[in-house]
Amino acid sequence: MGILFEDGNFGLFRDGFLRTVELSAASAVLALLLGVLLAAFRVSPVPVLRTFATVWIEIFRNTPLTLLFFAVTFGLPRVDVHLSAFVCAVLALGCYTASFVCEVLRSGINTVPLGQAEAARSLGMTFGQTLVQVVLPQAGRAVLGPMSSVFIALPRNSAIAGAFNVAELYSVQQTLSERGYAIFAVFFWIALAYLCVSATVALGFRRLEHRPAVAR
Amino acid sequence: MTETADSGPRALVELAGVNKHFGALHVLQDINLTITQGEVVVVIGPSGSGKSTLCRTINRLETIDGGSITIDGRPLPAEGRELARLRAEVGMVFQSFNLFAHKTVLENVVLAQVKVRRTEPAVAEAKARALLERVGVAAQADKYPAQLSGGQQQRVAIARALAMDPKVLLFDEPTSALDPEMITEVLDVMRGLAAEGMTMVVVTHEMGFARSAANRVLFMADGRIVEENTPEAFFTNPRSDRAKDFLSKILHH
Repeated sequence: MGILFEDGNFGLFRDGFLRTVELSAASAVLALLLGVLLAAFRVSPVPVLRTFATVWIEIFRNTPLTLLFFAVTFGLPRVDVHLSAFVCAVLALGCYTASFVCEVLRSGINTVPLGQAEAARSLGMTFGQTLVQVVLPQAGRAVLGPMSSVFIALPRNSAIAGAFNVAELYSVQQTLSERGYAIFAVFFWIALAYLCVSATVALGFRRLEHRPAVAR
Repeated sequence: MTETADSGPRALVELAGVNKHFGALHVLQDINLTITQGEVVVVIGPSGSGKSTLCRTINRLETIDGGSITIDGRPLPAEGRELARLRAEVGMVFQSFNLFAHKTVLENVVLAQVKVRRTEPAVAEAKARALLERVGVAAQADKYPAQLSGGQQQRVAIARALAMDPKVLLFDEPTSALDPEMITEVLDVMRGLAAEGMTMVVVTHEMGFARSAANRVLFMADGRIVEENTPEAFFTNPRSDRAKDFLSKILHH
């Protein structure tokens, strides 16, 4: 079990861990922004936007994440878009997760009573103001539980990036295995690191849920 | 601003030949109605008569299939920024209060002032506190709606509507979801507004309020305005059989 502290392995492990955290955080920000935007599109009165969001979700939610990584890593250079492996990974992970964020949020929007939006509109708020000021905050609160599942899955999904030239935690496992260390010891430390990341995300969401709840 | 005093009362809300269907149901049939500035119009009638729908068409929460609606001389615009601007001029108080559940009482009254009217937050807050004082819930300013009684919530809702300085206030059964002892506190606020000259359209089952505060009573049945009269004349001497039947059912029990 002491392999982590031999031969400068710790530096490798630490860098991989930080890369995973960076990758997850960047993808989470993208997923959240894009997911909220897609959810707004899905409930918008403009048919073109609704269709766009629906098609987006059907594509990204129904495609294996590995295929998305392939598409971004090898597809974009073909149309002369050259991005670093890290940015490619953020795009694939962010766009994929955004589709889940959108659908969770949309189910939350459906729990907000229609009267809330009617009251906002009757005060002269525009569609966008009604959504941002009144509907989405309440929808978000209603779906904190399922939303935490989406964001706990994200760092674990990020392991796929290791196969696409991002030196993150999972790729550290490959390197260490190749150096001939006992595979179970390597996996133990890697799994523990992922557990730390996931547990931190879960803890964050639990804290949000336990904020003074706003009952109706 | 000089209002021409000699031109008589100004027509604020005008409905002409308004028709609306919900599927096969013809909920509003050829409604013609003019509400002048400062007038308090109470709409009564059996449930399903279209009175709530009528109220909601005035700020286009319900669209209409035919006819026209004008607010202060301007036709009701289609969905969009123009409509939003007009809705800010037409206050609405709902049966189920519809206070923003995630905002405090004070924030409820401040929000639209800042977002729609672009009022400075400090100015909006001062105005909100003054309005909450006026409807008697100033002490609850920092609570959330769920922590208030129904009567308090409805008074906050009235303050929220008043914060926009509306030209006309629409009340859609404002006391129907309230316990009896809370009805009075809401009606007292509404009587106060009426006395100050606020133009009001009130859909209600409160006949006492209709008698004491209304300038005019509309009796609706089956999507039509069946009878229109002063409260005194309507309650003592209803002309139509529908109105007689309705009044006999609600006044003697």
